[in-house]
Amino acid sequence: MKIHEYQAKELFRAYQIPTPEGHVAFSLAEAENAAAALDEYPQVVKAQIHAGGRGKAGGIRVASSSKELRQAAADILGMKLINNQTGPEGKIVGKVLIEKGLTIKHELYLSILPDRATSSIVIIASTAGGMDIEEVAASRPEKIIKVHVNPLTGLQPYHCREAGFGLGLKGDELKQFMKLLDNLFTLFCAYDCMLVEINPLVITDDNRLIALDAKVEIDSSSLFRHTDIRDMQDESEMDPLEVDAQIHGLNYIRLEGSIGNMVNGAGLAMATMDIIKQAGAEPANFLDVGGGASAEMVEAGFKIMLSDPNVKGILINIFGGILRCDVLAEGVIQAANAIGVNVPVVVRMEGTNAEEGRRILSESGLSLISATDLADAAERVAQIGR
Amino acid sequence: MSIFIDKNTRLLVQGITGREGQFHSRQCIAYGTHVVAGVTPGKGGLEMDGVPIFNTVKQAVSDTQANCSMIFVPPAFAADAIMEAAAAGVELIICITEGIPVHDMLKIKNYLATRTSRLIGPNCPGIITPGESKVGIMPGSIHLPGGPIGVVSRSGTLTYEVVDQLSKQSIGQTTCLGIGGDPVNGTNFIDCLAAFEADPETSGIVMVGEIGGTAEEEAAAYIAEKVTKPVVGFIAGLTAPPGRRMGHAGAIVSGGSGTAQAKIAAFREHGIHVCENLGTIGRFCATIF
Repeated sequence: MKIHEYQAKELFRAYQIPTPEGHVAFSLAEAENAAAALDEYPQVVKAQIHAGGRGKAGGIRVASSSKELRQAAADILGMKLINNQTGPEGKIVGKVLIEKGLTIKHELYLSILPDRATSSIVIIASTAGGMDIEEVAASRPEKIIKVHVNPLTGLQPYHCREAGFGLGLKGDELKQFMKLLDNLFTLFCAYDCMLVEINPLVITDDNRLIALDAKVEIDSSSLFRHTDIRDMQDESEMDPLEVDAQIHGLNYIRLEGSIGNMVNGAGLAMATMDIIKQAGAEPANFLDVGGGASAEMVEAGFKIMLSDPNVKGILINIFGGILRCDVLAEGVIQAANAIGVNVPVVVRMEGTNAEEGRRILSESGLSLISATDLADAAERVAQIGR
Repeated sequence: MSIFIDKNTRLLVQGITGREGQFHSRQCIAYGTHVVAGVTPGKGGLEMDGVPIFNTVKQAVSDTQANCSMIFVPPAFAADAIMEAAAAGVELIICITEGIPVHDMLKIKNYLATRTSRLIGPNCPGIITPGESKVGIMPGSIHLPGGPIGVVSRSGTLTYEVVDQLSKQSIGQTTCLGIGGDPVNGTNFIDCLAAFEADPETSGIVMVGEIGGTAEEEAAAYIAEKVTKPVVGFIAGLTAPPGRRMGHAGAIVSGGSGTAQAKIAAFREHGIHVCENLGTIGRFCATIF
């Protein structure tokens, strides 16, 4: 789960990680109040959206007077920010962070994340701060310092020294860095983070290390023990259909195509999307109803797919294991009767009680298209989508 | 022969009195699995369908000589359950639970390195040696006993699809298992490939991967070097958008890595027979095996 920069910086402050002084604002009036509270100029206005690359897209501006600040905040609030991280549809900016400007001497990069290949925690540091780190890793790998930490023993001073000396720090700056990394690691573990990233971590002209930016992603599976984070979820950052799906316990991701599909199990759902594409149509979504889906969940899934105006046809692909085909069939009928299905629906079911499921569907009086196998299902649904 | 489980497997179920645990324990018993014990803290001394229930795994193992555990406890308590089983010396631990926090799995993985137990999963359908033993939530009836093909996958229902198509082509299976859809898991593809390679009854392997991570690429390199048996590979997620988690916590393309295209390319490069269309994987396997 992603949170905003201003929320991440609140966490940073709680863990004694230095950040610029600043306030979040949801309106122009709030922005002006925030600026007045900060008092001195220059100040920086930063768009708060769940995407990086904001600077180049016009989402970050420096203001040297209250007039400039007002103009910058007015321009950014409500703007549609578009770059390769937001996707072609862009993101509307609904809030800005107003911060005190700093005079910067150096820009560093620092992040911590789980490393699935080694089952360890990896600290990544670089003197190439303020740039796209993946690009740096590809073009100048010698600029990347990686320090692996065993999750059982945790962070040791030598890890911090390896990173700090690797960055060429010494004296008081090294001391500040070691303290900052220690605090950042504590935050990373305390909040089950999938990523904490400071890009850039700056050294100011008066030799202070400050997190100019802050990115925190938290493991969605851990939210049961972080209720404070759950409250930070910003539904305006999500597709409304995806919000609705989440409420019903469904795994739904909206895509660009015209063939809706509902599948039990994530792997089979992905493979079903691939099959739709291979048959010459485009999937409109990913929808995994899970192994233990109820008739209510099937109905909710149906409704969500039909709410997408791009959907011209639907493929239901169920391999009955825990979810029995007869239960699914009843869910489909219940949904079809409740909402009225106005697009062709191809149903393919196999596994536990498949015969019974097919019988229920065929006797329902609904005009469903029954597919004999997966290849047949793909062909039938593609005819609709082409 | 088979890998990891057979007719001598003695199963205990952690979380046997929960809704899922009870349902699937009964399914396993019906398939012929020797379910010798259940563990639910606080319910020691009771029975479930004649299966004795214990308060601790240690007690269950000591009283019943269980050598395999299947875990159904909720995500918040699953790390504890896995470590309890490993501490009690259970040889094989199969964790079905979905949604265990990644930080918990990081600790478990490093702890298991100090123990002798093998963990399969979490977030997996389990393992079945058709006709002998079923430890998991897969429908037993779609499997065809007697081999000679081994199936390993990161997914649940996708594995059933593959197995069903194999059985319909009269291609039987030695053992089928899911290693789970989480980013950090116990047993990986390479462990399973090595076991299938060493199993005299297995003459070919189907490996089903998906987007996210680099486990398939590493497995492909291992196959080229160490596996003499033919391997059919399938990868799900060609149409998955980058940066989105596709249901499974581990199924995400991030920073251009973990794509289906890269995995398929690695499969081809290392001589794996790539099936491109799931709808035809049964027929495809019939031409290879």
